[in-house]
Amino acid sequence: MTIAQMDPAVALADLQVSKPDKVTIVLLSGDMDRAMAAFIIATGAAAMGMQVTVFFTFWGLNAIRRKGATSSAKDWLRQMFGLLNKGGADCLPLSRFHFWGLGTKMMQQVMKQNRMPGVPELMETALDLGVHFIACTTTMGLMGITKDTLIEGIDQFAGVTTYLAEAKQGSVNLFI
Amino acid sequence: MIQADVKLDTLGYFCPMPIIMTLKKLKELTLGQVLEVVSDDEGIKKDMPAWCDTTGHQMVGLEEVQTKSGTIYKAFVKKTK
Repeated sequence: MTIAQMDPAVALADLQVSKPDKVTIVLLSGDMDRAMAAFIIATGAAAMGMQVTVFFTFWGLNAIRRKGATSSAKDWLRQMFGLLNKGGADCLPLSRFHFWGLGTKMMQQVMKQNRMPGVPELMETALDLGVHFIACTTTMGLMGITKDTLIEGIDQFAGVTTYLAEAKQGSVNLFI
Repeated sequence: MIQADVKLDTLGYFCPMPIIMTLKKLKELTLGQVLEVVSDDEGIKKDMPAWCDTTGHQMVGLEEVQTKSGTIYKAFVKKTK
């Protein structure tokens, strides 16, 4: 058994000089891997004491849709769209290696074996740590996604200016 | 060897779980107490000092222990606020 000690002062020396305190993430993608990256960054930043806002738009909205919730959009075209475009944090496909669901199932299995949290667990942790969730109303309307089909805990339903007002103060702004 | 008051086992967990578990555990500690975070994720070597630097907690030290199943990292964090 060998024990190596590291001087904390040395370890700290090469670390960041500036301390960002506000982080915004735009999640446009509805892919499992991309959503995971977004939530890992969000939870990590929140754990560091930063203020984090995640703005969900287009396919990213699928992450905050309740599984199996049907759209209550009025016209049939959007109703169909809401039906065909499956939502739910644990239903997101991998961006690659999906193979009609088989690849994604395999990946979820491997993650479970390795005690790696998936999108639903990461999202719950994010909400727990006070990460703000904003749902984009424009794309919600476009895709026939109604408020009642989204999960609890969405802070705001807003548009681009709300995002920009947040991003303007952010020192880390990501588009995923 | 650094003496810790409380030990936190994060073996088998990947980033960002060890950090989040540390954050939650530190809330239970009193000021000045030292938490020993045990992890097998190498990322903790850089991540824990970075987290301490940002949050203001004190990184007291880091130990690497070679075991049969691989290297285990012990990060010692002192609650300072």
